[in-house]
Amino acid sequence: MSTTEGAAKTAVANGTRQTEITKLDRVVIRFAGDSGDGMQLTGDRFTSEAAAFGNDLATQPNFPAEIRAPQGTMAGVSSFQVHFADYDILTPGDRPDVLVAMNPAALKANIKDLPAGGTLIVNTDEFAKRNLAKVGYDADPLEDGSLDSYQVFKVAMATLTIGAVESTGLGKKDAERCKNMFALGLLSWMYHRPTEGTERFLREKFARKPEIAEANVLAFRAGWNYGETTEAFAVTYEVAPAKLAPGTYRQITGNTALAYGIVASAVQSKLPVLLGTYPITPASDILHELSKYKHFGITTFQAEDEIAGIGAALGASYGGALGVTSTSGPGIALKAETIGLGVMTELPLVVIDVQRGGPSTGLPTKTEQADLLQAMYGRNGECPVPVLAPQSPADCFRTALEATKIALTYRTPVLLLSDGAVANGSEPWLVPDIADLPDLTVEFATEPNAPEGGGEGGGGFLPYLRDPETLARPWALPGTPGLQHRIGGLEKADRTGNISYDPDNHDRMVRLRQAKVDGIQVPDVTVDDPSGKAQVLVLGWGSSYGPIGAACRRVRKLGHSVAQVHLRHLNPFPANLGEVLAGYSKVIIPEMNLGQLAMLIRARYLVDAQSYTKVAGLPFKAEELQNVLLDAVKGVHAA
Amino acid sequence: MTAVDLGLPQLGGLDLVPTTDEPQKAKDYKSDQEVRWCPGCGDYVVLNAVQSFLPTLGLKRENIVFVSGIGCSSRFPYYMNTYGMHSIHGRAPAIATGLAVSRPDLSVWVVTGDGDALSIGGNHLIHALRRNVNLKILLFNNRIYGLTKGQYSPTSEEGKITKSTPLGSLDHPFNPVSLALGAEASFVGRALDSDRKGLTEVLRQAAAHRGSALVEIYQNCPIFNDGAFDVLKEAGQAEERLIPLVDGEPIRFGSPGPDGLGEYGVVRSGFAGLEVAKVSEVGEDAVIVHDSSHHDPSYAFALSRLSTQDLSHVVTGVFRNVERSTYDDLARRQVAQAKESKTADLQALLRGKDTWTVA
Ligand code: SF4
Repeated sequence: MSTTEGAAKTAVANGTRQTEITKLDRVVIRFAGDSGDGMQLTGDRFTSEAAAFGNDLATQPNFPAEIRAPQGTMAGVSSFQVHFADYDILTPGDRPDVLVAMNPAALKANIKDLPAGGTLIVNTDEFAKRNLAKVGYDADPLEDGSLDSYQVFKVAMATLTIGAVESTGLGKKDAERCKNMFALGLLSWMYHRPTEGTERFLREKFARKPEIAEANVLAFRAGWNYGETTEAFAVTYEVAPAKLAPGTYRQITGNTALAYGIVASAVQSKLPVLLGTYPITPASDILHELSKYKHFGITTFQAEDEIAGIGAALGASYGGALGVTSTSGPGIALKAETIGLGVMTELPLVVIDVQRGGPSTGLPTKTEQADLLQAMYGRNGECPVPVLAPQSPADCFRTALEATKIALTYRTPVLLLSDGAVANGSEPWLVPDIADLPDLTVEFATEPNAPEGGGEGGGGFLPYLRDPETLARPWALPGTPGLQHRIGGLEKADRTGNISYDPDNHDRMVRLRQAKVDGIQVPDVTVDDPSGKAQVLVLGWGSSYGPIGAACRRVRKLGHSVAQVHLRHLNPFPANLGEVLAGYSKVIIPEMNLGQLAMLIRARYLVDAQSYTKVAGLPFKAEELQNVLLDAVKGVHAA
Repeated sequence: MTAVDLGLPQLGGLDLVPTTDEPQKAKDYKSDQEVRWCPGCGDYVVLNAVQSFLPTLGLKRENIVFVSGIGCSSRFPYYMNTYGMHSIHGRAPAIATGLAVSRPDLSVWVVTGDGDALSIGGNHLIHALRRNVNLKILLFNNRIYGLTKGQYSPTSEEGKITKSTPLGSLDHPFNPVSLALGAEASFVGRALDSDRKGLTEVLRQAAAHRGSALVEIYQNCPIFNDGAFDVLKEAGQAEERLIPLVDGEPIRFGSPGPDGLGEYGVVRSGFAGLEVAKVSEVGEDAVIVHDSSHHDPSYAFALSRLSTQDLSHVVTGVFRNVERSTYDDLARRQVAQAKESKTADLQALLRGKDTWTVA
C-alpha cells in the first residue's frame, strides 16, 4: 500500500478469525473489467461507501466510447479508479495500489499501472484458454510466473457468485452478472467499509425486480463473507476519516455540480432557464440532470442538432429567460455561428463545453483541454467572449454561478470549459449554504432611455445605449410597451442598433465589444507559495489543478520551493496576472493540449513561459509533473 | 416571465397574447427604417399585406415578434414596428422555438425564404413543424437565391440556367407544401404575393391556428427570376392553372361551366391520390369537397401533389388545419405541473441524500 507515513499494524479478532489490521493514510483502488461487467457501478458504490465513512476522495472513470464493445476484448475494458484518504487529496491517484481484474483483457490493459508489490485480485473464472487467446496471452499469466512481483489473490468470483445466489432461482447468466457485487463485497470487507448504504442502494435500484435486488445483495454479502471466512486474506486495512474543514459534505461529480450551478443560477436570478442542447458524450449528463428540475423553472429542450440547441437557448434569452446550452467536442464547432450572433445581439447566454479528445469525433470518452483557443477565437470576425474553467468536479458549481453572473451582468455569451476528467470525476463537496450564494437578479429595461429633446432617438429607446460602467446594453424584452426594436447579426449602429455599414461605426463597435469583455471584473489570482521563496511558478487552468497541486506538494516535501497559480478566468485574465508572472524567473504551464494557454500568456505578457504538454486523453499524473517541476527548480538553481 | 395557465389544446393561436382596444392602422406597423428591397420586388407586396392584416388581430404590438434568417425576405423584421430579430442563416425556426417556449404571451412569426428554410435550415424547419411549436412561418418562395445574386435554389425547376449552373441545374426541387405535410405540419397553406385577398385569408387562418403554421408565398424576384409566377397571374392562363381551396366547397377551377363553377374538378385517383378531371366527364358528385381539418395528412399531401414544377397546376389556400398539441404548451405544462407538485428547495437539492458531517 502506498503510505508515506508508517503503517500501524494490529492484530484483532475480526469476527470469526484473527486478521491483522493495517492503518493506511490513503489507498488507490482500480476496478477493471469488461464494459458489461458493471465496473462503473462498482466503483461508484465503493466511492459512496468511502464518502459515507468520511474519507476524502477523488475518482476517475475510464471507459470505451462503444456501449458494448466485443466481450472480453481490450477495446471493451472499462475501469474506475478511486483514491480515498484520511487527509485532503487532490487527484484520483497516479497508479492503483489495488487492481481488481475481472477478466484477462482487464488484467492486460491495467497491469502495467500496478507498481511492484501491489495487490492484484483476479476473477479466475474468466481465464479460460479462449479468453486468454482473445487478448494475445500465449500462456496463462496466473500460472506462468509473470505476476510474481505482485501480491496476487485468485478468486473464482463467477462460480462463487452463482453459488451464493442460487436461492433466488435466477438463471446462470443473470446470476453471474452479480459478480461485480461480489468483488465490491470483498473489497468492502478488506477496507472495513460500511455496507448498509450499498444494500439500500441495490434494493432501491432494482425495486421493480426484487429477485435481482436479492441476488445482488446476496452476492455482495458473499464477497464480504469470502474475505471474512477464507484464510486467503490475512490482512485488512483501515483508512481513517479525513480531517476536512468542518461542515456537511456530499460526494458530487462535475456534471452534477455544473447542473446544480445552473439550478442555483435560476433561483438566484429569479429567471426561468431554458437549456437547449443535443445529446453528446460526455456532456449529456448535464441534460439528464437538469431535466429533473422543472419545478425550479427549468425547461430542457432536446433539439434536433447542436445548432438548434444553442439557437433555442438564445431565443429564450431574447425573451428574458436565462439561455443555456451544453456540448462537447465537435458540438462546440457547430455552435460557433450562434455564439457570434449572441455577441452581436449582446444577449446573455451560457455555453458549456465539456472538452473531450479531438479533433473531429476524436476520443469521446477521454479528456483534453484543447478547446481553449477555439473558445477564445473560434468564430468569424472579432468576436470576444468571456471564458471560465472549473478546476475540479465540485468547483463546477461555483464556476457555473460565475458564468451566469457574467452573462447576465454584461449581456454576453460566456464559455464555460469543463472537461471529461472534471465532468465524470467526483470528490467530496462542502455543501454551500444558499444564503451565501451571489445575488444574480437583473433589471430589464422598462422605459425609453434616449435623452429627451432632439437628436438621436429623442425620448425614444436606444437598444445599444450602454451602461457606462459595464458597457452592457439594456435588456428590453418583447412585450415591453414602447421599446419595440429590432436586433440581428448585421453590424449595429452605436446606440440605435439600426443596421450600419459605416466604416467608423464598425471600428467603434468592434472596439466596444472588445472593451466590454476586457472590462469584466474578475478576481485577482492568488499565489500558493508556502515558503515565499519560489523562483519557479507553475501556472495551470481547468482540471489539471489536482495533479499540479499534488506535484507541488511533493516537490515542496523534497525541500524545494515552487509557486502555484491556477486560472479560473481565461478571458479576461485576472488583472494582477502579468505582475505575478513577472515576479518569477521561470514559468511552467502544463496543459493537456499543445500549449494553448502558454501561447496566450506569451503573447499577452511577453513572458518566456515554458509549456509542458501531453495529449493522451488522460489527466496528468502527479509523478510526471513532479519530475517536470523538479527539473525546472534544479535548472533555476544551476543557472 | 410568468407562465399563463394552460388548457390544452382548445386554445386558439393567439389566446394567450394580450390584446388592445386601441384601433390600429397599417402604418402603426411600419418602422422608421427605409425599406431596401429592389424596386418591384414581391417582398413589398407581402410586407404591405402583413402590415394591413396585423391590425385586424387587435394584439398589443409589443407582443408581436418577427424572427428571420438570412436572405432578401429575412430583412422583413427591420421594417416592422414590433419586436424583431434578424438572425442567422436557416436558424430562425430554432431561435423562435426557444422564444415561443419561454413566452406564451407572444405572437411569434418566422420570415424565411426558399434557400433559408429549405436548404441550410431544412432540418430546423421540419423539426419545428413536427413539434408543432406555436410559430407562424412565412416562407417567401422566389425559386432563386436573391441576396447572393442569382444562384438556383432548392425550389428552382430542374434544368434552371443560373450563374452557378450555366448548363442547367441538376437537382430535383422541393415542393414546400409536400415537405411540410411530410413533417406532419398541423397547418399548411399557400398564397401568391399578388393575391392580397387570398394571402390575407391564409394569414388569418394561420394566426388563429394553435401550433406551427407554414405559409408558402410565391414571391416574384424581378432581378434574378423575373416573371417566375407570371403564368399564375395572367388572365386567361391563371384560372386554368390555379386550384383554390375553400373549406366546405367542391374543389373546382377553370373557366365557369354551365353551373357557374369551374369546368375542372379534383377527384380521387388510384389508391390514395387525387387528379384533375373535367366535371362534365366525371359528374359533380365525383368532385372532392375540401376539408382542411381532415386528420389524415395523406389527403392534404395528395392535394399538394397536384402542384407541378412547371406550374401547369398550382393549389392555393389552406391545405391542412388540424388540432394537435403544441410542443411549447406541453413543455410549459410540464414545468407548471412540476412546480405544483414539488417545492423548489435549493438547499435540499444541494444537500442530497447522502451527506456526512465533519465537526
Ligand atoms: S434580389 Fe430579388 S428577392 Fe431580393 S430584393 Fe431584389 S428583387 Fe427582391
